Amino acid sequence: MQTKRTIFGNKGLPYLLLAPQLVITAIFFLWPAGQAVRQSFLREDAFGLSTTFVGLRNYRALFDNPEYLDALQVTVVFSIATVVLSLSIALVLALAVDRMLRSAGTYTTLLIWPYAVAPAVAGILWWFIFNPAIGILPFVLEQTMGYDWNHNLNGRDAMILVIIAAVWKQISYNFLFFLAGLQSIPTSLREAAAIDGAGPFKRFWTITLPLLSPTTFFLLVVNVVFTLFDTFAIIDATTGGGPAQATNILVYKVYDDGFVGLNLGSSAAQSVILMMIVMVLTFIQFRYVERKVTY
Amino acid sequence: MTFSKIAAAGTVSLLALVSAAQAQTQIDWWHAMGGELGEKTEALATAFNAAQSEFVVVPSYRGSYTETMTGAIAAFRAGEQPDIVQVFEVGTGTMMAAEGAIVPVYQLMADAGAEFDPSAFLPAVVGYYTDPEGNMLSMPFNSSTPIMYYNKNVFAAAGLDPEQAPRTWADVEAFSRQIMASGAAECGFTTGWVSWVQLENFSAWHNQQIGTLENGFGGLETELTFNGPVQVRHWENLARWQQEGVFQYGGPGGGADAPPMFYSQKCGMYMNSSASRAGVLNNTPDFEVGIGMLPYYDDVAGAPQNSIIGGATLWVLAGGSAEEQRGVAAFFNFLSSPEVQAQWHQDTGYLPITQAAYELSEAQGYYAANPGADTSIMQMTLNAPTSNSKGLRFGNYVQIRGVIDEEFQRLLAGSVDAQGALDAVVARGNALIREFEAAN
Repeated sequence: MQTKRTIFGNKGLPYLLLAPQLVITAIFFLWPAGQAVRQSFLREDAFGLSTTFVGLRNYRALFDNPEYLDALQVTVVFSIATVVLSLSIALVLALAVDRMLRSAGTYTTLLIWPYAVAPAVAGILWWFIFNPAIGILPFVLEQTMGYDWNHNLNGRDAMILVIIAAVWKQISYNFLFFLAGLQSIPTSLREAAAIDGAGPFKRFWTITLPLLSPTTFFLLVVNVVFTLFDTFAIIDATTGGGPAQATNILVYKVYDDGFVGLNLGSSAAQSVILMMIVMVLTFIQFRYVERKVTY
Repeated sequence: MTFSKIAAAGTVSLLALVSAAQAQTQIDWWHAMGGELGEKTEALATAFNAAQSEFVVVPSYRGSYTETMTGAIAAFRAGEQPDIVQVFEVGTGTMMAAEGAIVPVYQLMADAGAEFDPSAFLPAVVGYYTDPEGNMLSMPFNSSTPIMYYNKNVFAAAGLDPEQAPRTWADVEAFSRQIMASGAAECGFTTGWVSWVQLENFSAWHNQQIGTLENGFGGLETELTFNGPVQVRHWENLARWQQEGVFQYGGPGGGADAPPMFYSQKCGMYMNSSASRAGVLNNTPDFEVGIGMLPYYDDVAGAPQNSIIGGATLWVLAGGSAEEQRGVAAFFNFLSSPEVQAQWHQDTGYLPITQAAYELSEAQGYYAANPGADTSIMQMTLNAPTSNSKGLRFGNYVQIRGVIDEEFQRLLAGSVDAQGALDAVVARGNALIREFEAAN
């Protein structure tokens, strides 16, 4: 890879140019993250009237707590399913649109639409469609397949529901990037391969997919972060983490313990752990997965 | 008129408004009443503001009960707290323990020199919000108790007497089976608030202990005990009835799916708050609704005892000026006056908090004109409350409610039996209570 280097005459100028970004990072990330780390070592009542330093107690309590370990497992299942499904469906849709000569614009617009819907609104939408008492889907499932859909009681149903809602939301975003990535692949490469006798699948595996790898890698990182943090609204609007914590992912548990349960120490410890998980995952992705990326 | 004249006139009138507002002491009131209840709540503030000129109460809707409470706590930590905040009954333990953050109502009234007679209030309501010495800590605002609603048309179609509400759980089961067998409705009954109705009130109604130390009223060292044989038997039945379709689960928390099942005539009976009465009547134009007391097991000694309340009270947060506290006291006196209370009770279905408001409603002929409207009061005052039935008070109870829902879901999903579910509720709940004890 080629690097460009700019020489600044004035020593202060580069820092000045960096300053806005650094200030934003400090105010919106470093400061609150520091507060969370501090809080995670304390035990405090809700009003902040009595504060005790408890060291690592909050962390130890979490790892002794079967519910927290359950939430970790639920998060893994939810994240992997959501990332794999939303990436693969988006890729298929992008490939389909890429081959279209006419009306590709219309399809693109329609496919991007869900991204403009606020997560909470999307959650309510799914809540209505899947509602066991008044929803259309449980009714249809009951009539056609005799399946009694009840995500209020059945943890698997609830997990399917939140995965569908999260995937639906994320497909648009992934689709847009995949489509842009596909359109930047020179047609001449694919034509040359076609003339050499490579079939559509061969062309996809040997030309399209490798050339798409920077986009795929970027989307992988963004999607993992999305499933870990941004899916809060979907969970909140559909299942509220239930039934019996079957869809209680880590970020929802942070909210539930902190803002509903007012257990600030534990909630802060959980958010610190979550932050570490994301840091480690992103590090692994850049360190190991990025090697397979061809720029 | 030229532009400058208009501008000048506008400025003058604006200044007049500002100075008028400044002359009055502003009292901020955060509440959690949305929709129609929100309008009624705001109307109370408007009426108070119109009745005197010294104070102006500014109500502000802050979302759900949880959001309102956490919002007020966050505001307190930032030093921006309102004077009055509405807190639901399960937040009582947390608020009570926050000495220094709250001003107890009895003290507020004494400091402000306001006339205040605690004995005028209904003991069943106020008992929930007093300290062990009998001092009133917060101002009861909207209190309700669960009751039974049933569909008279479905009862008639099933060959049951539409004027006869089920009295016992045996009745509920028999009626449900008759309703289902006759095809009058698909299911027998559903319920809102499983934790509040089918465990807490169920225990009080059968005079069964909820927790040690008088259900937690006696101190933070309390432990949950509602995994006794009577509660286990009931949860076992609920799970079995759910399997057979006699009972249908309406979801965790308030049970959002329960009301539609009753409104759409899918289920013939429905247990929920007495404050749901207005909503039930509005949503059921196609059939007649009957009201009854909660069912009980007639072979349990001491049942029926009395039911307990839910709802919310108004807490005064510390940090307001003496003038503001005087205003709060005046507003509380206004709220508990018989006329205001009676109106509020009749408009919303919440319980009247004073004896006088109840008597006034009776004198106005309200109960004669609205049969069933006094069921909640009669049920609450059926017997003098015992230590098992005067209410409950535990720290971290918001989370314990969540645990109850989770274990009930596990029970209905068949992954645990009733004894196991209630044992787990007690074990997990006690851990939360210990945490609360340690933090306070």
